Amino acid sequence: MGRARGSGEVPVRVVARGFGVRHASRRAWALSGVDLVVEPGERILLTGASGAGKSTLLAALAGILDPQNAELTGELTVDGGPPQTGRNRLGMLAQDPDSHLVMSRAGDDVAFGLENAGFPTAAIWPRVDEALAAVGFPYGRDRPTQALSGGEKQRLVLAGALARGPGLLLLDEPTAQLDPAGAALVRAAVARSTADRRATVLVVDHDAAPWLPLVDRVVEVVPGGLVEHPPGWRPVDRTAGLRLPPGADGPVLLAAEGAGYTYRGSPRAALAPVTARVTGGRALAVTGPNGAGKSTLALLLAGLRAPSTGRVHASDALADGVRRHVREPHRWRAGELVSRIGTVFQQPEQQFLTGRLRDELALGPLRSGEHAAAARATADELLERLGLVPFAEANPYTLSGGQQRRLSVATALATSPRVLVLDEPTFGQDAATWREVVTLLAEQRSRGCGLAVVTHDVDLLDVLADDRLAL
Amino acid sequence: MTTSLALGPAPDVRLARINPVAQLAAMTLVTLVVLTSLDVVTPAVVVAAELCLLPAAGLTRAGDLWRRTWPLLFGATSVGVVNVVLSPDAALVTGLGLGLRVIGLALPGVLLVASTDPVRLADALTIHCRVPTRVAYGALAALRLVPLLTAEFESIRLARRTRGVEGRTPVAAVRLLAGVGFALLVGALRRGSRLATAMDARGFDSGIARTNARGSALHARDAVFVVGTALVCAAGITLSVVLGTWAPIFVG
Repeated sequence: MGRARGSGEVPVRVVARGFGVRHASRRAWALSGVDLVVEPGERILLTGASGAGKSTLLAALAGILDPQNAELTGELTVDGGPPQTGRNRLGMLAQDPDSHLVMSRAGDDVAFGLENAGFPTAAIWPRVDEALAAVGFPYGRDRPTQALSGGEKQRLVLAGALARGPGLLLLDEPTAQLDPAGAALVRAAVARSTADRRATVLVVDHDAAPWLPLVDRVVEVVPGGLVEHPPGWRPVDRTAGLRLPPGADGPVLLAAEGAGYTYRGSPRAALAPVTARVTGGRALAVTGPNGAGKSTLALLLAGLRAPSTGRVHASDALADGVRRHVREPHRWRAGELVSRIGTVFQQPEQQFLTGRLRDELALGPLRSGEHAAAARATADELLERLGLVPFAEANPYTLSGGQQRRLSVATALATSPRVLVLDEPTFGQDAATWREVVTLLAEQRSRGCGLAVVTHDVDLLDVLADDRLAL
Repeated sequence: MTTSLALGPAPDVRLARINPVAQLAAMTLVTLVVLTSLDVVTPAVVVAAELCLLPAAGLTRAGDLWRRTWPLLFGATSVGVVNVVLSPDAALVTGLGLGLRVIGLALPGVLLVASTDPVRLADALTIHCRVPTRVAYGALAALRLVPLLTAEFESIRLARRTRGVEGRTPVAAVRLLAGVGFALLVGALRRGSRLATAMDARGFDSGIARTNARGSALHARDAVFVVGTALVCAAGITLSVVLGTWAPIFVG
């Protein structure tokens, strides 16, 4: 255990005994029976299934659980005191870096925490530079934060946390929204900047494998408590034994020809012209680094934006029944679109429109003209398939990230569209739900549905991709 | 719309070398003088001086200028025309004077926004005017999220279309807008509370006296700027008195 240098840079000790959390308005405990001791300077990975309560435990440790909305039991201490008192010894990193950045320039943002701690002005900038160097930030202090990629933003947030010399560093799926290269850089930055053991580190991630070289212990959050994995533990390969129904050979359903897109007023094309085909019974995987235009291509294929160059057009079979035989999906009415092309966005929340899961699943069928009884039957079947029955009456917004993702896939399937456009459909899924979602997609494929999948997920590419398009 | 709200660091223009606090002081002075003068000469002199500052604020291209000032010009013209047409003792010169007042009042704001980095403004306000840091930096953090909000609006609208919801008829359009607005509000509140939590986690407003890494120095040039503004105002009033047109608001 490294000796602390400077003031206030002593790693903390975390102790939990019989700790549990229940959110207001929920009958079940989100977390219970947690017994854990983390020694100062240790690096721990907290893993576990989606919705197991990993993030809740982290929020409790950060002292940011709202006591009015959460009932606590047992004991949880940071250096012997309640977590709230340790807040100024805390560094945090979450999924969405945009809700952690405060200032418009990179250097100012790192300085923000130091200013708050009352550091003398002269001492601030050297420390800012040191923190930026520690995370491998590739630009100067004046870099506008808006111009950074997700991975760069995340490293900047890390620099902001490190600059204050935290005794406890909490990382909540910090790489979930990044491409593989960006994620690797963030992990490397975490490894390098915490190598001196001046902070106790807790990482929460359902995807354990990439963190294993970096942590001392792996603890899994399971219903009713924690399970500690022995040294040398490896997570089960989520593709192991996975048997997917094969694809089929169908006609081309949707084609992009030289389709490109430039945002109004932007000097640079968001998507350089590409040609792509979505074929019935096959899965087209679209890959490429962040910013290459993958999501933009998904919007064009999904009929949500009109290409600024080239064209996107549906086959006769897909456009059958559309008023005046319009072939361009972006000119279809929403009611026509919803039964022909199903779309799953990167941010599932944005697609939710109702206050109950059951209504959410019935909405698409109703909009495309199905009868209420049939729509309800479809909804119930999908709830069953995706293991969401216990939440049938819950508000979609109250689900965990992984559950929301499953729900958004299910809503797209509810209208049995012939084409599915999916933007990172496996994002944030634990191994069990990952297999469910992938199986579900493969079943759609084998019944003749054409898939277009934007993804960074290497496993998904391996098991599902029939055609690949690298942007 | 995005560009005028964009919160990137402001371009390096000459007017930016004047401390925002000095600019605000000058603005207050101009506001007082223009508000109280009902003639045409005083606002004309003030507006002329303000126009001279446009290049210093980097507003030399007609397109930029138009983009930032068209609502102002529209307002000023309307005020002038309405007064000339509707006033019982309508005089063209009264209308002109009122239009010039509107421009004289608003142009300093345009200059300030064009030349001032919001971060510098927050620094200056907290250091020199004792504005609470919670207000100043909280506003900065919120302002950083504005461009994200416009992107999110578009994305929520598209998400509704994927669910079969769109606004083809006026009634449907209003309902769609209300729905998107609500979703946007919910999203903004959630993001806002996450941001507030993150700021707390970084020790913001924790009772420790906050330091400022950038500082905000007042120089001689800032005093010169304020005095210069006072001189221009005085010159306007003097000229108006000499020409016999001066009509301050207090004197019936």
